[in-house]
Amino acid sequence: MPGSTAHAGQTGTIELRGVCKAYGPGRFARDVVRDCSLRIAAHRFTVLIGPSGAGKSTLVRLIAGFEKPDRGVVLVDGRPVTGPGSDRLVVFQESALFPWMTAEQNILYGPAVRGEKRDRSRALGAALLERVGLTNFRRLYPNQLSGGMQRRVELARALINDPSIMILDEPFRGLDAMTRRLMLEYYAELSSHSSRTNLFITTDLDEAIFLADTLVLMSHVPTRVRSVIEVDLPRPRHLTALFRDEKANAIKMQAFALLHDEAMRAFAGGSRAATDFVAAYRRRIATA
Amino acid sequence: MTAEIAATATDPRTFRQSLSRRPPSLLANPSTRRACIAVLAALMFWQLGATSDAWLGLRPPIIGHIPSPVAVLEAWRLLLGDPGYWESWYLSFTRVLMGFAAATAIGVPFGLLLAVSRSFRGVAFPVFELLRPIPPLAWVPASIIFWPTQELSIDFVIFLGAFYTIVLNVLGGAREIDPRLLQVARSMGASRWNIFRRLILPGVLPSICVGMEVAIGITWEVVVAAEMISGGGSGGAASSGGGLGFFIWNSYIGGSYPDIIVGMISIGIAGYLSSAFVRRAGARLTPWLAIR
Repeated sequence: MPGSTAHAGQTGTIELRGVCKAYGPGRFARDVVRDCSLRIAAHRFTVLIGPSGAGKSTLVRLIAGFEKPDRGVVLVDGRPVTGPGSDRLVVFQESALFPWMTAEQNILYGPAVRGEKRDRSRALGAALLERVGLTNFRRLYPNQLSGGMQRRVELARALINDPSIMILDEPFRGLDAMTRRLMLEYYAELSSHSSRTNLFITTDLDEAIFLADTLVLMSHVPTRVRSVIEVDLPRPRHLTALFRDEKANAIKMQAFALLHDEAMRAFAGGSRAATDFVAAYRRRIATA
Repeated sequence: MTAEIAATATDPRTFRQSLSRRPPSLLANPSTRRACIAVLAALMFWQLGATSDAWLGLRPPIIGHIPSPVAVLEAWRLLLGDPGYWESWYLSFTRVLMGFAAATAIGVPFGLLLAVSRSFRGVAFPVFELLRPIPPLAWVPASIIFWPTQELSIDFVIFLGAFYTIVLNVLGGAREIDPRLLQVARSMGASRWNIFRRLILPGVLPSICVGMEVAIGITWEVVVAAEMISGGGSGGAASSGGGLGFFIWNSYIGGSYPDIIVGMISIGIAGYLSSAFVRRAGARLTPWLAIR
């Protein structure tokens, strides 16, 4: 991998201990994360899945060090997180590329700000551009690139720093279904060559099972870990083959039952009418 | 065949070309042609209205009371040989440039400072907001008193006209920068200075350009009025060289009505030229916005 010495000695374990985070002023504060404990093993592909609005992105910000927990600690490799660092990089939901930099300048940003040698980082950048298939597009600005290309530039911009942890917060959201599939398979292939820790956030169960070594099911707000499922399927996996795979479907059913519960709670969200609807829906399922 | 298609599809040069294709000729463009026809029709309408008194005995409102385009053109032809007319151009342009340059030079750093420093914003912004509602022209008498020369007082009023707009645009632009970009930079270990230079500055640049474009328009509004009120500055009341605003006022006092229209059109041209220049410069500075 490029820059393999950058974070030597770090393995990329993440641990959350009794983490709480609330938003809003004073007595209007609302717990988004409450007493959440979670251990993410090094070198593994962990997928966090839960209903949308479940506070998954809040967890991402806490692990990345953009925000501090109100209570509890976030540990990375056994040390408490005090701020952002290039050992754990985030790829965001929608493009967060620098609009005024070309694809190549975006990718070389990390090494440049740390004052790394230009020749070396340029060579690294060229190799990464080649790997994400964008060599011919390196001089274009982000808004001249398609959605899928933008995502690949963003992956490359993170990978050049060789983080021991990659945090991907619904990175392929907003792409069309076909591009999304391609990007998924592409990223699975890309990450199979390295032993870095991956933390991938999604709301899509097929996506989750396709990628995960470990599947962490999150509850509706306030976020806690609902259940952890080991996805013990051989690699390389194929999205379509997984639809017919009995073991994959068994995991899917198990996860779906749990997630459905949480989604229902999210859907009802305290509204009387919605709660009635959910109750009726449950009865219908039970009789079917 | 398929290889050919793939090659064109992934070659960025064809991609770029297809995005920035220009029309072959100006008049072949239907919208340009339409614009020319519209301007000609308006001029014809004006000519008919202005002369209808002579051959119809009718004086339509507004348009029947102003000199005809032909009379204006004739007056203009005479003025083109008059050094006083050109001096007015020169004077107004210098005033606009001085005020505008000062407003940019002070307004951009001031706006950036307001954006990045909370304590500075706490001190300076209330004062700024108190002064802002005062129209620049209300400053004319006061600035004549506190500036040593009349020239400087006009420059100052023009400066005020451009300053507020530039500052507000810089501030607004800085607020619109995606916080995730700053998070990415901080994750990668960027220093505060680097974040400022490589993210905040280019992020605000489009807003600076918009602010400057709006501001240069305001400076022309202000310069004309300031010249009328202050009596044309150093040019003196007797000559026609007191700036374009004073030129209009002087033509009115002197009763040479076609000259008034010439002055008005001259300001239109001057404003258009300076706006176009600022817009061009802005597009040069922000190439990433050119292609959508």
